[in-house]
Amino acid sequence: MAEAARAIEMNTAPQSPVIAAKNLDLVFQTADGPVQALRDVSLTIDKGDFVSFIGPSGCGKTTFLRVIAALEQPTGGTITVNGMTPEEARLKRAYGYVFQAAGLYPWRTIEKNVALPLEIMGFDRAEQEKRVRNVLRLVDLEGFGKKFPWQLSGGMQQRASIARALAFDADILLMDEPFGALDEIVRDHLNEQLLKLWARTEKTIGFVTHSIPEAVYLSTKIVVMSPRPGRITDVIESDLPRERPLDIRDTPEFLAIAHRVREGLRAGHAYDD
Amino acid sequence: MSAATAYGANDRSGAAGWIAALSSTVLPVLTIVLAIVAIWYAASVMMNRAWTLDEAERRGVQLTVMEIVSDAMNQERPVLPTPHQVFDELWSTTVGEPVMRERRGEMQGNPRNLVFHAYHTLWPTILGFGIGSFLGILLAIGITHSRAMDMSVMPWAIASQTIPILAIAPIIVVVVSNLPALNNAVSQGWISEDTKLLVPKALISAYLSFFPVVVGMVAGLRSPQATDLDLMRTYSASRGQTFWKLRLPASVPFLFTSLKVSIAAALVGTIVAELPTGARFGLGARLLTGSYYGQTIQIWSALFMAAICAAALVILLGALEKIVLKRMGARS
Repeated sequence: MAEAARAIEMNTAPQSPVIAAKNLDLVFQTADGPVQALRDVSLTIDKGDFVSFIGPSGCGKTTFLRVIAALEQPTGGTITVNGMTPEEARLKRAYGYVFQAAGLYPWRTIEKNVALPLEIMGFDRAEQEKRVRNVLRLVDLEGFGKKFPWQLSGGMQQRASIARALAFDADILLMDEPFGALDEIVRDHLNEQLLKLWARTEKTIGFVTHSIPEAVYLSTKIVVMSPRPGRITDVIESDLPRERPLDIRDTPEFLAIAHRVREGLRAGHAYDD
Repeated sequence: MSAATAYGANDRSGAAGWIAALSSTVLPVLTIVLAIVAIWYAASVMMNRAWTLDEAERRGVQLTVMEIVSDAMNQERPVLPTPHQVFDELWSTTVGEPVMRERRGEMQGNPRNLVFHAYHTLWPTILGFGIGSFLGILLAIGITHSRAMDMSVMPWAIASQTIPILAIAPIIVVVVSNLPALNNAVSQGWISEDTKLLVPKALISAYLSFFPVVVGMVAGLRSPQATDLDLMRTYSASRGQTFWKLRLPASVPFLFTSLKVSIAAALVGTIVAELPTGARFGLGARLLTGSYYGQTIQIWSALFMAAICAAALVILLGALEKIVLKRMGARS
């Protein structure tokens, strides 16, 4: 029911998945012998989904995101992004990536930082300026374009880095613990803004987090993972409405989903050792 | 979101601030300078005293303590010249006398003029510094982009710096001054004999100055973090784009630090190069003639001139660094 309603709301029919992983394996060869970072990971992500990956350190959530972004090569299984290999998808500018640290280049102003991917991808000057202006407005950073990164707070820097990932208008936004280093209050604020941005842009978002409330608050789909070897233990489809005020976190529906996530983490023996 | 206004300058104006600045920086600096001068005078008296006493004994006169001190501070060829002697010499050989220059085919002015000699040392220094740092940057780019170069060039660069420059300078001088192309240029009248002497000086100076730049630039070009590089990969950026937009700008602070070391090394290189070339001009030549004739005051004033030149060059680079880094968003 909810699925169909959402499809109508978004004015798009359900279609082939944006990301499809099947039996994905990834083994890192380290000095201490092989480490199984991902084992038998299968997952599909549909267009417009907001998917959170949650689990303790070493569960492979970041690794999985990096595989989608073609920053790591899987050692087994298949994965497609927009029906292509991750490399092809990257060359087609399928995704923007937001790292845990804002990673703005300190010698560039905010607008120059946001323009960086545009310069590399060869957009002309006028188009660059237009897009920079648009995405800075989108993340509420109008008027800060001429500032250097150090002149902005941590939360503002992270918003600038989101703007940078949005600048070339990729369909997919991959975010690796983007708010992990920020305090609770700033984090709440940015979560709210991120949901608004998602509603406005209709992007597909992959979001890695450590925080159960953050995952439940943001996601349409929560992927619970556990370590050694990194694997998926539960996939939870959230039935919370798309419109989510912050106080939705006190509703029984919200708490029920949070409970199931916690159960999933426990079932993975995540905190046993 | 009014953070834009929150970054005002820290204004510490007014007389109170001025006095605070005076007592916190000027006074300590002055104290140290005075201490150095005092120690210097004391050392001069201690070291020059023996000659004064010998001389007095030979003449059979008895000297008071004040007379000994006064004589030890004003000898013509002291073991250690006093500050005022060095300063007098510096003054009279720079401002006090006309600069030597060529006029209608004749050298005019005073051959002792240190401005003239400093000029002859500074040009090869700047030329050698230019060649050396350019080469150093090129090598560093090669080393960071090619594993083969990393493994083959770096050991040679390090080895080159373990050879004493005094040993290799004469070899470079002999080889370069016998280059047919160079001799041809002189005989054709394209360059003068003096300009020809400038070439080996600049090369030796470059030999000393390229190394700090290589080391600093390699560190600088490798300074971007893994996520900075990952970001470039997510844009499918080419190696060239990663170089121009990430590695090169990230290396600029490292570059300036090594350039300052490098320009001081370049000056040393030029002075050393002047010693075995039998150069008539240059601070090295002044040092050499000074030591031939036991003119310690001349040696010391040439040394001070070299130090002043080095300081001026480093300060110049420092100013350039400030301007460049400020434009690159560094906090002031």
